[in-house]
Amino acid sequence: MTTHHQKPKTHLNRRDFNQLLGMSAAGLLLPTMPAFSHAVSADELVGNYIDVSTKKRLADAGLNAAKAMGATYSDVRIGRYLNQFVLTRENKVQGIVNTISYGVGIRVIVNGCWGFAAVADPKDEATVAKCAATAVSIAKANARLLTEPVVLAPQKGYGEVSWKAPIKQNAFEVPIKEKVDLLLTANAAAMTNGANFVNSVLFMVNEQKYFASTDGTYADQDIHRIGPSFTVTAVDAQSGKFATRNSLSAPMGMGYDYLQTNPSDKVGGVTTRYGKGYDMLEDITLAAKQAKEKLTAKSVEAGKYDLVLDPSHLWLTIHESVGHPLELDRVLGYEANYAGTSFATLDKLQSKSFQYGSKEVNLVADKTQVGSLGAVGYDDEGVGTKKWDLVRDGILVNYQAIRDQVHILGEKESHGCCYADNWSSVQFQRMPNVSLQAGKTPLSVQDMIKDVKKGVYIIGDGSFSIDQQRYNFQFGGQLFYEIKDGQIVGMLKDVAYQANTREFWNSCTAVCDQSDYRLGGAFNDGKGQPSQSSAVSHGSATARFNGVNVINTARKI
Amino acid sequence: MAILTKEEAKKIIDKVLSYAKADETAVSLSGGRTGNIRYARNSVSTSGESNNLALAVTSVFGKRSGTATINEFDDASLEKTVRRAEEIAKLAPENPEYMPMLGPQTYLNTNPYSENTAKIDPEYRAKAAFDSLDPCRKKNLTAAGYLEDTTGFSALGNSKGLVAYNRATSVDFTITVRTADGLGSGYAIRDVTDVSKLNTKEATEIAMQKALASVTAKALEPGKYTVILEPAASVDLLQNMMGSMDGRNADEGRSFLSKKGGGTRLGEKLFDERVTIYSDPTNPDIPTSAFGGGGGGRFGGGADGRPQEKITWVDKGVVKNMYYSRFWAAKKGVPATPPPAAFIMAGGNQSLLDLIKSTEKGILVTRLWYIRAVDPQTLLYTGLTRDGTFYIENGQIKFPVKNFRFNESPVIMLNNLEAMGKPVRIGGNLIPPLKIRDFTFSSLSDAV
Repeated sequence: MTTHHQKPKTHLNRRDFNQLLGMSAAGLLLPTMPAFSHAVSADELVGNYIDVSTKKRLADAGLNAAKAMGATYSDVRIGRYLNQFVLTRENKVQGIVNTISYGVGIRVIVNGCWGFAAVADPKDEATVAKCAATAVSIAKANARLLTEPVVLAPQKGYGEVSWKAPIKQNAFEVPIKEKVDLLLTANAAAMTNGANFVNSVLFMVNEQKYFASTDGTYADQDIHRIGPSFTVTAVDAQSGKFATRNSLSAPMGMGYDYLQTNPSDKVGGVTTRYGKGYDMLEDITLAAKQAKEKLTAKSVEAGKYDLVLDPSHLWLTIHESVGHPLELDRVLGYEANYAGTSFATLDKLQSKSFQYGSKEVNLVADKTQVGSLGAVGYDDEGVGTKKWDLVRDGILVNYQAIRDQVHILGEKESHGCCYADNWSSVQFQRMPNVSLQAGKTPLSVQDMIKDVKKGVYIIGDGSFSIDQQRYNFQFGGQLFYEIKDGQIVGMLKDVAYQANTREFWNSCTAVCDQSDYRLGGAFNDGKGQPSQSSAVSHGSATARFNGVNVINTARKI
Repeated sequence: MAILTKEEAKKIIDKVLSYAKADETAVSLSGGRTGNIRYARNSVSTSGESNNLALAVTSVFGKRSGTATINEFDDASLEKTVRRAEEIAKLAPENPEYMPMLGPQTYLNTNPYSENTAKIDPEYRAKAAFDSLDPCRKKNLTAAGYLEDTTGFSALGNSKGLVAYNRATSVDFTITVRTADGLGSGYAIRDVTDVSKLNTKEATEIAMQKALASVTAKALEPGKYTVILEPAASVDLLQNMMGSMDGRNADEGRSFLSKKGGGTRLGEKLFDERVTIYSDPTNPDIPTSAFGGGGGGRFGGGADGRPQEKITWVDKGVVKNMYYSRFWAAKKGVPATPPPAAFIMAGGNQSLLDLIKSTEKGILVTRLWYIRAVDPQTLLYTGLTRDGTFYIENGQIKFPVKNFRFNESPVIMLNNLEAMGKPVRIGGNLIPPLKIRDFTFSSLSDAV
C-alpha cells in the first residue's frame, strides 16, 4: 500500500483519553489506535523485529532511488511503533490492547519542493524504492505550485549511530498479570479509602526508529514511554454532588522502573508528589480521601490571589503559554486554520527586549533531558539533539525551529525538534521539552508559602483553555489549598485562574530551588491537519505568581 | 479496490467465520480512501491520499475475549488471524460485564453514501483549494484551509448470524482568512455527504467578509450578554452535552443527569420547552449508518451492531432518553438504547439575519474555540470566541468586538433560550442558530 502524505486520521488525544477513563461502557474498550496498527498478543511486543543491517539495506534502496530520480535531499524513516494499554475500573479489567505498526516513510526534495510517501510492511528494497519514486513524483507535482523553494540548514552526517533511552526495565517485558495486579490493587485501595468509583490505566509505548538521510546519517533509536494514571470519584448521593481526583503521576520517557519508587523520588507536604519514581498505591489512597474531602471543601471566594503552583500543575501552563506560542511554524501562520498563530511575533524577538516574564523566569527547550518524553539522540530529520534558551532573565531570546525554518531566524543549524508520530506521517516542527529553570537561590516550598498572605496552592493539572494566539488562558487543577498569612488553612474547591500570558509570567516572583524540580507532561499534544500527536515533558520547581485572578466555577443547574 | 460491495464483504466474513472454533466469533471488515489538501500562507502545504482495508476478528470463550487484526486476505492469513484471536482470548482475564453477541438484526434503510464524493480525485481537491485561495490572493488576504474527504465501507458479521453493511462518504472543509496586517480573522466550516453540495468559494467568501469586518475590534466589558451563536459556535457545547447522556453515569451519581438523593433526572424538564433534540439515521440532510459500528457519523453510535433508530433525547425540554451499554441496560431492565451517531436540534424558520434583526443589543459569535470541561457536575465549559465576534444594536451589526472567554453550561444556555433559527448541518449534526440571553463572558482576549 503506497500512500502520499498519509497521516493517521485519529489519535488518542487528551480528550479521548479522558473520555476513556470516564466511560462506563461494558466490555472491551478499544482506544483509538495509531495508524495501521495491528492488534497482537503481548509476546509480540518484545525483541528485535529486524536487525540494523536490514534496515540500512532498505533505507539505502530508498535514498539511492530518490537520488537517481533527481532528489537533492532525501530521508528514510523505518519505524516500528508498539503500544500497550491496560484499562481497569474497580475490580474489573476492561481491556488489554497491544498494537504494532510498522512501515517506512520517505521524504525528498526535488526542484526545491518537499514530497513525501509511505508504505506499510516493506519487505524488500524494491518496495522502498517504489515508495521513494512516489515521493519524488509528488514533489515534482507540488513544485509547479511552489512560490519559495525549501532552504534547508546544512547538517553533517553522523555515520552509523544509535541511541537508546536509558531505561532500567522494559515495560513490555513485564508480564501482563503483574500490570493488572498493580492496577487492581490500586483500585482496591481507592475503594477501601472511600472512593465510589475508580478507573485506572497503564499506557506503554516503544518507538523503534531508524533514520537515514543523504547527509550520511544512519541513526537507530529505541525510545520508551510509560503513563500510569487514574481517576477516583467520590459521590454523595444525598446532596447529588460528586468529585474526582486524578493521579499526580506524569507520563515519562522511562521504562517500568518509573513504578518502582525510592524515598528520594517522593516530595512530602500537604500530599505526596513524585519525581522519577511513582508510588501509585500511595497516591490513589490519598486521592480517595481527598476526593471525599473535596465534596465538603470550602468553595473559593473569587478575587486576586498569590498562586503557589506545584510542578504537577505548572507543566501544563508552561506547555500552553510558552511551548506553543514559541513554535516558529505557528508564529509564521502555518497553523492558522487549526491551532492558531502566536502573539510572540518575530519583531518581539528582534527587539531583544521583549519582557516575556519577570527576571526570575528562565525557560529552556531541551531534547536531551533524561527521563523526559521528548528525549532522543537525533530528531526525525537526523539532527543531534540539544538544549537551548527560549527566555533568558525574562527576555524572549529564541523559538523552536527545524532545518527548513532556522534560516528565518538567521541561524545556520536546526534546533533538532522535528518529529513525526508515525512512519506514515510526515515529520514537522514539534515542541521539545520546554521547562522553567529552578531558582538559583535555595528556596523550599514551605519557605515560599510562609511569605504568602492570601493565596491558593494548586497541585495537579485540571481544565485547560487558551486562545488561538496564546494570550488569555484559564486553568483548573486537582487539589487547591487556601493559604492565609503564610499557613495552609484548608482545602478549597471550584477554583480556576485566568490570566494573560505576559502578565502572568511577569507576576512570577520566585521559583523554588533545584531540589524541588520535577517533570510533568502529556502523551498527546495535537498539531497539524490531519492531527499528529506528540509526547512532551515540562519541568519546573514550585513557583509563585502574585495577584492572579481566581474565579469560582460552581454553578447551579 | 478498498470499497467492497456487501456481497464481497460477506464472502470474506463468512470465510473467516468458517475457521472459528471459539464459543462466539465476530468479524469486522472496513476499508476506504481518505484524501486531503491543506494550505496556509496562501500556498498549498500538503496534500495526499491513502487507502486502507482491514479485518478484525474477536473470539470469545466464556467471558474471555481477544481481538486480532490483519490486512492480508488470502485464506492462510485469515485462518491464522482467527487462531491468533482465539489464543489471545484464552489468555485474557474474564470480563464479568461481557454480553453475548447479538443475533440477526433488522436495520433501517439509510443512505450516507454519495457517488459524487466517491469520485473525488487529486484534481478536484486542487480545484477546491484554488477556488478558496484565489479570491483571498486577489484581495490581499491570507488563507489557511483544509479539506478532507472520506469514502468508506464497514461490514460486521458474527457466529450468531448478525450481518450488517454500510457505505458512507463525507467531506469536511474549514477555512480561516486573515487580513495582511493580522488584525482581522474570519472563519467558515462546511461538512457534506455529497460533495456536489460543497462550494469552497462560497464558504471562503464568508470567511473573507468576516476577516475584513473584524479589524479594529473594540473592547467591551466582560459580563452577561445576549448572544447569537452560529451553529459553528454552539455545536461543540451541544455535542459535549449529548456525549454526557450515558445512563450508567447518571445511575452512578456522576452525571449532570444524576438526581439529588439518588436516581436520575429522566422525565424531568431540564430545558426551555422549545428545546427538542433527537436523532434519526434516515434524515436526508445528515444520513448515518443504520447500525453502530457502521463508520461515519462524528458522534459515535457505538460499535456493537445495535440498530440506530429514531430516538428523542429531549422532548419539549424534558429528558426523554439516555443511552446505555448492553450490560447496564440488562442489569437495569431498560431498553439498550445505543448512543446516536449524530443529533438534530429542532429549530424555527428564521434565518441568521432575522435573528440579528430582532436583537436590540447583543453579540454575534462565529465560533467558540478551545472548549474544555470545567465542572462535569453542571457541564460548565470554558473557551473563547474566535474569528468574527460582532456587536449588534437595534437589529444591526455595529462593530467588531475583541474576543471573550466564556464560562457557561449548555444546560443553563438552553434554559436562557430567546429564539432559534433554521437548523443547518454542522459536524454531521443539524443545529439551529441560537439566540441566548445572559451568556457569561468572563474575560477579554487580545487574540485575533
